[in-house]
Amino acid sequence: MYNFDYTKPTDLSAAVEALGTEGAVAMGGGQTLIPVLKQRLSAPSTLVDLSAIDSMKGIRRMGDMLVIGGGTTHGAVASSADVAAAIPGLTELAAKIGDPQVRNRGTIGGSLANNDPAACYPSAALALGATIETNQREIAADDFFQGLYTTALNEGEVITAVKFPIPTASTYQKFEQPASRFSLTSVFLAKMGDGSVRVGVTGAGADGVFRHAGLEQALSSDFSASAVDGVEVSADGMSNDLHATPAFRANLVKVMTKRAIAALS
Amino acid sequence: MSTISITVNGQQKSGTAQGNTLLVDFLRSELKMTGTHVGCDTSQCGACVVHVNGESVKSCTVFASACDGAEVTTIEGMANDDGTLGIVQQAFHEEHGLQCGFCTPGMVMSIADILRNNPQPTEAEIREGLKGNICRCTGYHNIVKAAQSAAATMAGARQAAE
Repeated sequence: MYNFDYTKPTDLSAAVEALGTEGAVAMGGGQTLIPVLKQRLSAPSTLVDLSAIDSMKGIRRMGDMLVIGGGTTHGAVASSADVAAAIPGLTELAAKIGDPQVRNRGTIGGSLANNDPAACYPSAALALGATIETNQREIAADDFFQGLYTTALNEGEVITAVKFPIPTASTYQKFEQPASRFSLTSVFLAKMGDGSVRVGVTGAGADGVFRHAGLEQALSSDFSASAVDGVEVSADGMSNDLHATPAFRANLVKVMTKRAIAALS
Repeated sequence: MSTISITVNGQQKSGTAQGNTLLVDFLRSELKMTGTHVGCDTSQCGACVVHVNGESVKSCTVFASACDGAEVTTIEGMANDDGTLGIVQQAFHEEHGLQCGFCTPGMVMSIADILRNNPQPTEAEIREGLKGNICRCTGYHNIVKAAQSAAATMAGARQAAE
């Protein structure tokens, strides 16, 4: 790992200022970034550790929204009674990320900003129609994810919070790659107040997380496993690696969606 | 280089660290506390688990600078004050929870964390809680037994105190 200047500001404005330095990189919990630094795939001049900014931490209910600070750890989300009461699918999701030690450090903001194609949180953000709040603006989840490890975030832009609309029901069904515990193919399914069903899929798409329009349409009119059978999930655009072929992943999208339906029935 | 001060197992310790110095390297090389092991250095194996401000972390994936001012507990802090084995360590001894012993510091720290958050875990909860710790010798069975034994001993001690 190359060396860098380390700084841990305690407020957002100081962090944003530090990120204005040439070659500065932001770090949430570091559970992805530190391994990346070790591989010398990133060589920041300054590392801006966001973990001491208290205003970016915590979980609160605001009307029909659940707001989770960008610096909130997976462990805090997994153990939050407010999250379990409002969006149980998020509890399931956070509790299955990595291992307990990773969950004690890794943050929701870090996960979304990294947009790993096999990360868990992007599927929930898309399926629930979350709004990503930054130090500059608000970004709809549908506009946020722009391909592998690519997001709408500008240089120096920090995720301060994520606002999740509260669905009537939600679940996260994870088929994990057992060595890495990332998603091989996982589905976040949400039933919204207006009766619509939204399906976020992670781990499967060659361009990263996506919503499946065909499944959403079918399940919005008939919330059943047989409705899934009638939908074609194409292998085109699915990832191909040593763990699974595109066809296998396409099949898993349907399998995990059916498991989601069973979990909510 | 900057000076880092950490309370390790209740004792104030200081040393110097670069920006990129990992907590585990600070503990081992700067403070000469080599009980915490580096197995994989890629946050897979859990041999380096320590507690920072009461939460278990992989010290190969935390910077020393991030822990300036923190309270850290390492395997050296798990023994009783008189030097005898602590409850989790004693359970490993009795249940033969180790063979080569390389993973043991991390296993003990993870189990201590599991039992602090959930004093009477099921076997499944213990195995889930040890997801981040890899052992290549034991097949995990005796490690799980050690965790169960430690939980029973702690429950007995709590009952005796009441």
